[in-house]
Amino acid sequence: MKNNGNGCGLCEIKVNNVSVKRGGKTLLNSISFELHCGELTALIGVNGAGKTTLLKAILGEIKHDGSITFCSHDGRSLDKITIGYVPQFLDFDRFAPVSVRDFLLSGRTRLPVYMFHPKKHKFSVEESLRLVSCEKLINRTLGELSGGEIQRIMLAGALFPMPELLILDEPVSGVDYSGSESFYEVISDLKNNYHTAIAMVSHDLGIVKRYADKVLLLNKKVLCMGNANEVFASKEFQESFFSGLGEEND
Amino acid sequence: MINALLNLISESSPYDWLSYGFMRNALLATLIITPLFGILGTMAVNNNMAFFSDALGHSALTGIALGVLLGIDNEIISLVAFGVIIALTVTRVKNTKTASTDTVISVFSSASIALGLVILSYGGGFAKYSAYLIGDILSISEAEILTLFFVLLAVMVIWALLYNKLLLLSVNRELAASRGVKVSLVENIFVLIVATVVMLSIKWIGILLINSLLILPAAAARNIARSSRQHLVFSVLIALFCGVFGLMSSFYLDTAAGATIVLALAVVFFICYLFRKK
Repeated sequence: MKNNGNGCGLCEIKVNNVSVKRGGKTLLNSISFELHCGELTALIGVNGAGKTTLLKAILGEIKHDGSITFCSHDGRSLDKITIGYVPQFLDFDRFAPVSVRDFLLSGRTRLPVYMFHPKKHKFSVEESLRLVSCEKLINRTLGELSGGEIQRIMLAGALFPMPELLILDEPVSGVDYSGSESFYEVISDLKNNYHTAIAMVSHDLGIVKRYADKVLLLNKKVLCMGNANEVFASKEFQESFFSGLGEEND
Repeated sequence: MINALLNLISESSPYDWLSYGFMRNALLATLIITPLFGILGTMAVNNNMAFFSDALGHSALTGIALGVLLGIDNEIISLVAFGVIIALTVTRVKNTKTASTDTVISVFSSASIALGLVILSYGGGFAKYSAYLIGDILSISEAEILTLFFVLLAVMVIWALLYNKLLLLSVNRELAASRGVKVSLVENIFVLIVATVVMLSIKWIGILLINSLLILPAAAARNIARSSRQHLVFSVLIALFCGVFGLMSSFYLDTAAGATIVLALAVVFFICYLFRKK
């Protein structure tokens, strides 16, 4: 199911001079960058740098100045695109009798989960699970899953309808190594086969180096942008992450 | 049709407990109230609302007292009105996410018991309200049964419309919000329904036991259910079975019907707990 690159209908998301102020404090100061389809853009920065705020601005959940526009390949601007969102590893009631099927159905149909569902609903759930390689988990309850499995199920939920932009907010923090590996394998697949644009916040610089096509170093404003090697070698990066240590060592 | 059903039950029953009109009415009421609570309980339990509904049940005392003070003839009106106010307030407090949520809810609960008792006991007249504490399903009238039946129908319709959103909400609030669920609206509608149903039933079940009727069937079903459908079906079946069994037992044991039903539910809970799938 290789896509030729035009299949997603989306070319880029332009974030133009986006600023967010709250209670007199500037959380983000004229941020500009582009997210391209088929690319994973990592947002990194110290705590309080405004990474999650920026994701929420793109999701349209918080008010902001400046503009965020979606452009198609032929240069037309699109009013609305489908955005999938995978939250941080969730804290939830592990004894609730909610199966993976229940969870996925509840996010995609109005027909109550406890009713019998038509085949097309069944197929759509199975298709989403296939995308994240979790077909076998369909009858498990959410409480029985490992952290990595939960996050892949959350991803499966975010893949219906197939998003043009996928937003990941520290998707595997608190998840063990193998769970994290399998999660990013699925993400790479999506990027390569479906040309999904992906924006991800992560603290794990190793993961960022391995999987990000583009890295954006934030601290209220864009400090540095480029591929992982460029950003990691920059003065701004050293100052953001290691300045405290450096001073102590001097 | 209802009479035919009742005749069938009483003829097929080897005993004579249904030969009394009030027992037939009580049975009909049980057949309506228990599934109602079995349904609502599933989400009350999944959303960790046991404490909330306890406070709600206790607030009935103040609801009745306010009705008396304001001179409202039909206490149902003041009961439901006060229940709805308490439900919305407690939900709001719950969502402020301060560490002391439990404490605040417990203060609401204690304050409304105390206020209700103070008003109702003024002049030494509490005895005539003590029936509310343990309830009396045997005194239900046919008109009241009919009202409950329409409430059951209404709840089933709203339930079908709200269920998937409530399910997402019960998994995680932020996640539900990101999927476009209007979380506060959905939650408030749900607590409104619970408050209304609890207040309409409290005269029959009793302030002391109403929370058990809401929580126990769903809590028992949770031990053995592996999906949302199983949870709902088991909860309703457990509520129905214990309702009918408890009512029948109370007739022969000459005990309070509401208490006997809740005791049966507690036994089923422990059995389900022993056989839990974990």
